[in-house]
Amino acid sequence: MSVRTRIVWDYAPAPEATDHVRLKDRYGLFVGGEFRDPTDGRYEPTINPATEEPIAEIAWAGPGDIEAAVQSAGEAQPKWAALKPLERAKYLFRIARLIQERSRELAVVETMDGGKPLLESRDVDVPLAAAHFFHYAGWADKLRYGVNAREVTPLGVVGQIVPWNFPLLMAAWKLAPALACGNTAILKPAETTPLTALLLAEICQEAELPPGVVTILPGNGDTGAALVRSKKIQKIAFTGSTAVGRDIQAALAGGDTKLTLELGGKSANIVFEDAALDQAVEGIVNGIFFNQGHVCCAGSRLLIQESVRDEVIAKLWQRMRLLRVGDPLDKNTDVGAINSAEQLERIEVLVAAGEEEGATRQTIECELPERGYWFAPTLFTDVSPAHRIAVEEIFGPVVSVLTFRTQAEAIEKANNSRYGLAAGIWTDKGSKAFEVASALQAGVVWQNTYNHFDPTAAFGGYKESGFGREGGPAGLRPYLRIVR
Amino acid sequence: MIRRLPHVDRVGIEERAAQLGKRSIKTTAKQQGIRLAVSMLDLTTLEGADTPGKVRHLCAKGVCPAPTMPEIPSVAAICVYPQLVATAKEALHGTGVNVASVATGFPAGQVSLEAKLRDTEDAVAAGADEIDMVISREAFLAGDDTRVMQEIVAIKERCGDAHLKVILETAELGSYDHVRHASMIAMEAGADFIKTSTGKASAGATPGVCLVMLEAIRDYGERSGRIVGFKAAGGVSTSKAALHRLVLVKETLGDEWLTPERIRIGASSVLNDLLMQYAKTETGRYGRSEDFSKE
Repeated sequence: MSVRTRIVWDYAPAPEATDHVRLKDRYGLFVGGEFRDPTDGRYEPTINPATEEPIAEIAWAGPGDIEAAVQSAGEAQPKWAALKPLERAKYLFRIARLIQERSRELAVVETMDGGKPLLESRDVDVPLAAAHFFHYAGWADKLRYGVNAREVTPLGVVGQIVPWNFPLLMAAWKLAPALACGNTAILKPAETTPLTALLLAEICQEAELPPGVVTILPGNGDTGAALVRSKKIQKIAFTGSTAVGRDIQAALAGGDTKLTLELGGKSANIVFEDAALDQAVEGIVNGIFFNQGHVCCAGSRLLIQESVRDEVIAKLWQRMRLLRVGDPLDKNTDVGAINSAEQLERIEVLVAAGEEEGATRQTIECELPERGYWFAPTLFTDVSPAHRIAVEEIFGPVVSVLTFRTQAEAIEKANNSRYGLAAGIWTDKGSKAFEVASALQAGVVWQNTYNHFDPTAAFGGYKESGFGREGGPAGLRPYLRIVR
Repeated sequence: MIRRLPHVDRVGIEERAAQLGKRSIKTTAKQQGIRLAVSMLDLTTLEGADTPGKVRHLCAKGVCPAPTMPEIPSVAAICVYPQLVATAKEALHGTGVNVASVATGFPAGQVSLEAKLRDTEDAVAAGADEIDMVISREAFLAGDDTRVMQEIVAIKERCGDAHLKVILETAELGSYDHVRHASMIAMEAGADFIKTSTGKASAGATPGVCLVMLEAIRDYGERSGRIVGFKAAGGVSTSKAALHRLVLVKETLGDEWLTPERIRIGASSVLNDLLMQYAKTETGRYGRSEDFSKE
């Protein structure tokens, strides 16, 4: 072959357009079907963690607003519950369709407000949020078949507090079953990511949902604490840290407010020697670097059988170096920005602890933007089960590798945690997968995949990862009272 | 030889391959990607009706795919049946474009080893720079890995200086485990390239199959230190599909693999779509198929 000029090929920047997004400068509280100013007039900016630029001003709800909200939700509830179930379903179907119609806008805003890559908000968060509304819309007129044909009634007004890692999706997980069951809901989005919940409020208006059925009260931890302590709320559903979960449970102790908690995790991702190793490596990457590791069920404790340890780590490191870190709005970005300065600091503290305790750290080399909050994907080897990075939830793009020799040891190590949210099993042998899965104390066990979510599947924890289930028919139970 | 099959998870590999299909290739990346894809083409005609006249036309097209867009490079090779190698060789003399010939009882390979060797010798004697052989699927599916390997070794020997591409015909192998296993056999036996398909089977270079083979090439290279090339053939008929295959290469083997010495795309119809898409990046309009000659 004659000499040819070498053609160099790299992906050009592919930023998603943002000009179709129509954000307002300010968003009020969504109470009684309309946006209103907070009584104490407090507005706080929400910022883009990839640029540190403010995006919009957000009202924060104070004690007076919570009272008014509970009042409005309480008045709306009997009428909502008295609707024919099929009518409630129609509203939910309408919300689901409107989420689909506005999916592009929702994906962009989710990425701007939270820092997650557009390809995740576009392909995971938004479609799954719509899917949850579709799923529970279908349950609205079949509720008793979800609870063994018992007779049921709604609980009343429910308070729901969601985290910043999947703002719209968690709002959908909470609102869809609550509404399908005939409750009215007061949702408090996270302090750093209120925007998509407020767009969802606009969608509720567009869907002509009766006023008071959905209330959105942005704010910080104080808002959440006050909501939890409101006397006229029949149930609290919380997703977030174990520390806050504990505080909520203590506050509700002795009362008859129902509670479900979906808390932290340090989930084991177990790779056996007979696994399809290349796909296991994909699963490891998806398990810990998906959404910058800001995932409560992230596969942050990687357990590899000793016989394939070196091979898996070599493949994993090779794969990690291909991750594209940077502008979350770029359609080719795999790992985006850390959600907040506060979270970045938490990650840095734990990573420093890992180095001090003697684990070996490898962080991929990549150019990080000057502004914004960033942490490059990191791998820790030579980790002992006693190290902090093997025990505590880092909630960032950091994976700790431990090894095991036998199946029994894998199970023992996986269960040796105060958490029990999820686990992954990688093996080509079906019988082994079933045996290990039934021995694991984890609410979700994935076999030969990781971080796959579906509205039909129940999600929830063991031990300090919380209690109660969301998703599928099991997700109806926490929003119903069984009459007989 | 005792057969020990590797593990490839079908769901996992297809998910990863599909995920890589979502890379956004726009503006300059699209232009460069299209030029790269053209430079890797094995422009192919494998019809009973092929004549010297048709092959000469195809050669001219391969050397200069689009006279109005001189920045479009020549293709890598013209791929024909052994009978037409001499014609192609003459037409391509001095152009830098190689002549590739299918051989070994293409496409089914259901002839004796003697016939396969003879077929190969003929093509090499006529001047083929590259030989595209088919593995004996009949032996592979019966579990006779030894025969599959010995055939490749024998044919490689007859190739002389010609490069040997080994076609696995993955659609007939039945599973990704088999695709990976056959890839390893072919590489162990001395293949210079491994190739997905003949283009005559029900499916060809699907994203999943390509990814399995690229991973096999990567792992074999790490173990042996020998670089083996990859040819995607069968079903790559659009620019989008061609660029998707290049993304699979880039994110599995790395940038240094993005050269016609290591990667080929075998196709008959994709060239004009690549040219039309390239023209669109310049003019903003997607042209008509009549804008470019068929061959």
